[in-house]
Amino acid sequence: MGVLSLIVQQTMLFSIPLLVVALGAVFTERGGVTNIALEGMMIMGAFTSIFFINQMQDKMSGQLLLLIAMLIAIVTGTVFSLFHAYASINLKSDQVISGTALNMFAPAFAIYVARMIQDNGVQQIGFTNTFRIKSVPVLGDIPIIGDLFFKNAYITTYIGLGILVLSVIIIYKTRFGLRLRACGEHPHAADSVGINVYKMRYAGVMISGALAGLGGLIFVVPTSTNFNATVSGYGFLALAVMIFGQWKPIRVFFAALFFGLMKTIASAYSVIPLLAASNIPSDVYKMIPFIATLIVLAFSSKSSEAPKAVAVPYDKGSR
Amino acid sequence: MKQLQSILEKDSFSRTISSIFSILIGLLFGFIILLVSNPTQAVDGFLIILKGGFSTHAKGIGQVLYFATPLILTGLSVGFAFKTGLFNIGAPGQFIMGAFTAVYIGVKWTFLPAPWHWIVALLGATIVGGLWALIPGILKAYLNVHEVIATIMMNYIGMYLANFLVKSYIYDSKKALSMNVADTAVLPKAGLDKIFYNTMGTTKDLSTVNCGIFIAIIIAIIIYIILNKTTFGYELKACGFSQDASKYAGINDKRNLVTSMVISGMLAGLGGGLLYLSGGNGRRIKVVDVLAIEGFNGIPVALLALSNPIGTIFSAIFISYITQGGHYLQTLNFVPEVIDIIIACIIYFSAFSLFFKDYIFRFIKNRVQSMEEKKQERLEDGGEE
Repeated sequence: MGVLSLIVQQTMLFSIPLLVVALGAVFTERGGVTNIALEGMMIMGAFTSIFFINQMQDKMSGQLLLLIAMLIAIVTGTVFSLFHAYASINLKSDQVISGTALNMFAPAFAIYVARMIQDNGVQQIGFTNTFRIKSVPVLGDIPIIGDLFFKNAYITTYIGLGILVLSVIIIYKTRFGLRLRACGEHPHAADSVGINVYKMRYAGVMISGALAGLGGLIFVVPTSTNFNATVSGYGFLALAVMIFGQWKPIRVFFAALFFGLMKTIASAYSVIPLLAASNIPSDVYKMIPFIATLIVLAFSSKSSEAPKAVAVPYDKGSR
Repeated sequence: MKQLQSILEKDSFSRTISSIFSILIGLLFGFIILLVSNPTQAVDGFLIILKGGFSTHAKGIGQVLYFATPLILTGLSVGFAFKTGLFNIGAPGQFIMGAFTAVYIGVKWTFLPAPWHWIVALLGATIVGGLWALIPGILKAYLNVHEVIATIMMNYIGMYLANFLVKSYIYDSKKALSMNVADTAVLPKAGLDKIFYNTMGTTKDLSTVNCGIFIAIIIAIIIYIILNKTTFGYELKACGFSQDASKYAGINDKRNLVTSMVISGMLAGLGGGLLYLSGGNGRRIKVVDVLAIEGFNGIPVALLALSNPIGTIFSAIFISYITQGGHYLQTLNFVPEVIDIIIACIIYFSAFSLFFKDYIFRFIKNRVQSMEEKKQERLEDGGEE
């Protein structure tokens, strides 16, 4: 039971940030803009919000601090995503190149600023983790389920699941969602019925930035005690999760769980008795999520249901 | 006016302008960052960046060339893929796998005599780099996996695998680096040691530069010839322009796609070999969980050169030059990452430099056209009278 609940708890900690960021990717790609800068946006979101925690943790702690930090991460991600939106929507530039630039910018910026403003001149930003909920009141007392899902949990897990529900409703049940999807499938048709394609695409990219920024924070908080200008390839994994989930929120959720489990095996192998005894070096385990991604993509990409106009700049004049 | 138009219509001219434009904006942005973080020393710091490798005289210039060598290769790798319609963001993985292979052969295969040892090591690096790109190539051609995602995954797999292999076979645990390669595997200096050194008292402080820079330049010329003067290169480029059209013309598009990817990987792998077969004062492989920066910097190198193999030589030297400047920045308590910020800005602006190019071009063309139309109208008016 101890090992099982540990694995479930760990899997949630790894899956939820992947889920949140991959949902962001769904929004931007459904709108017709590809965004490989999710990694960079995660780093920027994590950077500002964890720096905030670092500065404020003497004055406040617990859930309130975390919630404010989450807001900061969301705002940072959104602002940073505007650079990508402007380049790929207004200036019609190559979206992959613009994303690559932002991915290079974010860690360099985070290291530079951290070393310039921290008194000790180091690039790591430390923080004290006061956010873990030992046991959720009432729900934590349920046998088995309480142990698995409502103990040693973070509020971010439930917020992530809330975002999933919200995403499903927005994408499939609202006028905004329908219009967004139209812009990703056939922007000219959308334009002809009076939808502002540029506006919709901006909305898609900004939502992805907001969710990526948030994802950066909720990736770092449970898994580390300092932020070192990296989210270890999670932004790219989120893209793979989105493709594996075929651009559909519910499927993305299951894909994220799968990758979360892979990542858990990679990081917690030492507590799983069978794996700990096998004496395989840690580098091999670290490769597992990425190898699994490649294999899964090889089988799921053939009949891809990608939005038709994704990564194609919208030009009113072209036919 | 006609002359001006013909110059502007020359692609190479407007492309060079747009690259220079991106560089200038990137440098300006870097200056602003220095200014915000430390106003009193910003000007001095910026001058250090501009002085680049010249800050330490002849040796410094040698170092610029030494660090430009792998960048030329990774730049060629990314640029070659661009030309053939692929985005190879996997140069870091191919680079580090090539690097490991070269160092492994350099340390272990001491039965090889002098020139053959480093030649075999370089060949090994090239082949392994190619193999590392073969997987995403096949996945793209036959299973429709986007090469950007596949090569990114291969980057992380390559990084962890190289760390594991270095630690298992060629680890110098005292220094936490890979072992020194045998003397027979070190690239010869080819006379460069007679130019690029500083005198420190009675001893010479040699630069690390070696014949690798010549190899890189020769490879650049070969790639230029393949792309522009051969049927083989033409077919690869045709697939990049339109896979369907080339299929219709009887080109085996899938095989060509895989070939392009493999060649691209081979170039990056060779880059890894050239950097690490450099003897005592050269680089050695660090075991860290960080993707090889030389691989990523291939992207700005290729973008600045607009994927032209000859241009790649110059843009690689430029990137290496300002990166060296970044190291000297530390004397003023600045953080060298400002160079990465500048490079990121350069990529960002070169992403839509084509937009500027088209804009300027269209603007001038419209002016010329309207002038000619007026002339025509005047002539026609004259004819009617």
